[in-house]
Amino acid sequence: MEFLTPNAYTYLSVAIVMFALGAIGVMTRRNGIIVFMCIELMLNAVNLSLITFSKMHAVAGAEGVPHPGANGSMLVFFVMCVAAAEAVVGLSIIIALFRNRLDIDINNVNIFKW
Amino acid sequence: MTSLYPLIILLPLLGAMVIGLGGLMSPAFRKNEGLIGALATAMVGIPFLLVAYAFFTFGGEKISIELFTWMQAGNLEIGFNYQLDELSLLMGMIVTGVGMLIHLYSIGYMHGDQGYYKFFAYLNLFIFAMNNLILGDNLVVMFLGWEGVGLCSYLLIGFWYSDMLKAEAAQKAFVANRIGDFAMLIAMFLIYQGLGSATEMVSLSFSEIIHHDFGDSTFWIALLVFIAATGKSAQIPLFVWLPDAMAGPTPVSALIHAATMVTSGIYLIARMHPIFEASPEVLAIIVVVAALTAVIAAFTAIAQHDIKKVLAYSTVSQLGFMFMALGAGAYITAIFHVMTHAFFKACLFLGSGSVIHAMEHMHTVDDPQDIRTMGGLRKYMPSTGTTFWISTLAISGIIPLSGFFSKDEILASLFFFGEGFDLYKVIYIVGMFTAMLTAFYMTRVTMLTFEGEERFPDEKKPHESPAIMTIPLWVLAALAVVGGFLGLPVFLGEELNWIGHGWLEHVIHSEHHHAIHEHAHANETIEYILVAASALIAILTVFFTRNFYSKNGLAADEKVKNFFGGFYKTMEGKFYFDEFYQRTIIGPFKWLGENVIAWCEEYIVDGVVKGISDGVANIGDVFKRLQSGLVSNYILIISLGVILMLTFLIFG
Amino acid sequence: MIATILFWVFAVLGVAGAIGLIFNQNPVYAALSLILNFFSIAGLYLSLSAEFLAAIQILVYAGAIMVLFLFVIMLLNLQDEPDVMKFDARRGVAFLLGLAFVAEMIFVFKDFAQRDVSGEYTFGKVEPIGEQLMTQYLFPFEMISVILISALIGAIVVARKYRHG
Repeated sequence: MEFLTPNAYTYLSVAIVMFALGAIGVMTRRNGIIVFMCIELMLNAVNLSLITFSKMHAVAGAEGVPHPGANGSMLVFFVMCVAAAEAVVGLSIIIALFRNRLDIDINNVNIFKW
Repeated sequence: MTSLYPLIILLPLLGAMVIGLGGLMSPAFRKNEGLIGALATAMVGIPFLLVAYAFFTFGGEKISIELFTWMQAGNLEIGFNYQLDELSLLMGMIVTGVGMLIHLYSIGYMHGDQGYYKFFAYLNLFIFAMNNLILGDNLVVMFLGWEGVGLCSYLLIGFWYSDMLKAEAAQKAFVANRIGDFAMLIAMFLIYQGLGSATEMVSLSFSEIIHHDFGDSTFWIALLVFIAATGKSAQIPLFVWLPDAMAGPTPVSALIHAATMVTSGIYLIARMHPIFEASPEVLAIIVVVAALTAVIAAFTAIAQHDIKKVLAYSTVSQLGFMFMALGAGAYITAIFHVMTHAFFKACLFLGSGSVIHAMEHMHTVDDPQDIRTMGGLRKYMPSTGTTFWISTLAISGIIPLSGFFSKDEILASLFFFGEGFDLYKVIYIVGMFTAMLTAFYMTRVTMLTFEGEERFPDEKKPHESPAIMTIPLWVLAALAVVGGFLGLPVFLGEELNWIGHGWLEHVIHSEHHHAIHEHAHANETIEYILVAASALIAILTVFFTRNFYSKNGLAADEKVKNFFGGFYKTMEGKFYFDEFYQRTIIGPFKWLGENVIAWCEEYIVDGVVKGISDGVANIGDVFKRLQSGLVSNYILIISLGVILMLTFLIFG
Repeated sequence: MIATILFWVFAVLGVAGAIGLIFNQNPVYAALSLILNFFSIAGLYLSLSAEFLAAIQILVYAGAIMVLFLFVIMLLNLQDEPDVMKFDARRGVAFLLGLAFVAEMIFVFKDFAQRDVSGEYTFGKVEPIGEQLMTQYLFPFEMISVILISALIGAIVVARKYRHG
């Protein structure tokens, strides 16, 4: 069972798979809200990789640094805050869009077409 | 006082800017003729006083005014520098002095004109440019003035631009000048090339140029400078613009097209005389061209009926005299004639302006410039008539008025240029003949204008111009009388010839001139005979013409016509120079433009442009399909790009 | 041993939640799949001894943000998206790109198999993070509050109903 023991690579692989799934969702789904949720998924996947790196550096340690790998954790904190702000604005845009068109299928929104 | 000398250059510019901008911005200022006139005159008058101060306190050392470095590139360093030496000061006296008088005169002449402020702004700008031309220390500053006076000439000829003919005359003057300017530019390039072979810095200053040996290119430089001078100073082949330039207001004709700008070519050649000294072939070309110009213009003047046209051709003819002097190497004499000519010709032009002014106010005359509708005007305009007569006698060479001395010195220079019977003797005869023609046509125009029966409709009488116009006339007439005493013939005593031996000798050293003087000295008897002959010819011609015209009146013209026979038509047609240029140059160019160039324009120039724009539009039509407006498509493409970049980073 | 089992459980649940998100026709189910995914990620955070962030993940993401999502979905009363499983060219390209991304990243990080992530890590606790926020990260922390307040105002402005005329 030795190969099942999680290391940095396994964590990163999980994050990569989640990120790719999120990206595929963004590219394929038409419902605006689901596209938006896929973006949240991608953000979380990135957060997971950041935490992994943070822990990885903490375990490896560094001379004279009080909290090695702290930056990764702090970055995740800020990403979460920004994601929350982004979710609020994004959802209000979706509401405004729905109010105008009664539809949030992003394939029908093509006012930027030539 | 020396620190004030830059004002000579700057004040006219300031005046032009203040009057021009003030007139543009403020209608109240535009209407304030007194303020504009006084300001403009002061902006020339103060420089005149400064030049006069410098002139009378001149100590023999040239005064340099260095403002700032204009351009610097490689070994070329052009400074905004001016010099006040004997030649510049003399020209400066003429330009600012005559300029000031003409500004004064214009206050009366332009009274009530729509573009009053514009006129004075241009006039001040002209004085600025002319000062650059004559005071410039180097060729580039000189050229700035050279171009500037051309521009002002253009602006002022076309001053009444709503008249198509006047606008066209302005264009003609500009284009003819451009041809000369082009020659000037090439001459400048050649000079720079010649100077640049030395390693030190080149400033193109005149002192640098005249002390440099240009070797083989001397001939070409001299020839090109002369061609440039034919443009500005109205010689064959580029003189055709000057008669047409009479379309401008008369003070402009007096200032620019008689006294100052047209003499800039003579000034330039005198300034650069060592180059001409070194190329006798060019001197020969100059003297032949000048003699041809003088005699052709004199013949043309005989058959003209427009008072200003006569004066214009007379100017061309007199410029021809000056160039004859240059061609004989008598540069000082040429400058002397520039000075005397500035006096009497400015007076003549201003007098004609006064006449035109009076005729215009009668409203019954179709063409206020046609001498056939004048006659007997001296009774009504005593000041104008008397000063006009004085100047006519001066230009005709009546002893002891100024024209006699300068013209006689030119003729003597031609006669004594070489030994035996050579080209210059022929030129001398032509010059003598031209002088006779000059006396004839000037007396004719004066007689037809001021004497004899009154040919204008007589219900309303012409009146004398206001004092502000007659005062400059009297001043100029006085100068025309006494101006000649500045250059009394050398055989009366060298110290009496102030202009040559007291003044210009220090800047102009001419071997030819020395030779001429020695020649003349050796043959004093001949010289006395020549002087007496020319004085006698002038007096007899004037006397004969006066009697001829007072007896026959306007019918005398018919007799002249019969006398010349078929040739008169050529004279009246101005020797068909315009028609000749029309056929040989303008016509073919027009044909080329209308047929070949127009085709090139449409199918090559436009074709390329249109082809490019159509091609871009077509490519855009294809690629615009990428802009589907669908977010998912954009994301797909972005992802593709990211993947490709990653692939490149990892495996590339 | 127990850590290994928990990791795999959370990993499988997380990926399953992600797959559920992108293949569910019903937006509500999709949102619930995402919540499952968020919980799994919180679990993974715990296994990486980031206790504070795991708690935040559940509180902020699974709690606040996802509730907001569900609220909006229900507010708009969205219909199902029936052709989720239908295959077309764009979908094919999207999957290929996703696969390519995974392959490349897996290849890039292959050396990380040697890096250990087990063991103690005290920084994940509340106290050190709080201390860092109030000292070294004070300025970004304050900026976050600005971002949040502007997002709040922006959301109100964008989503409010304009009276016509």
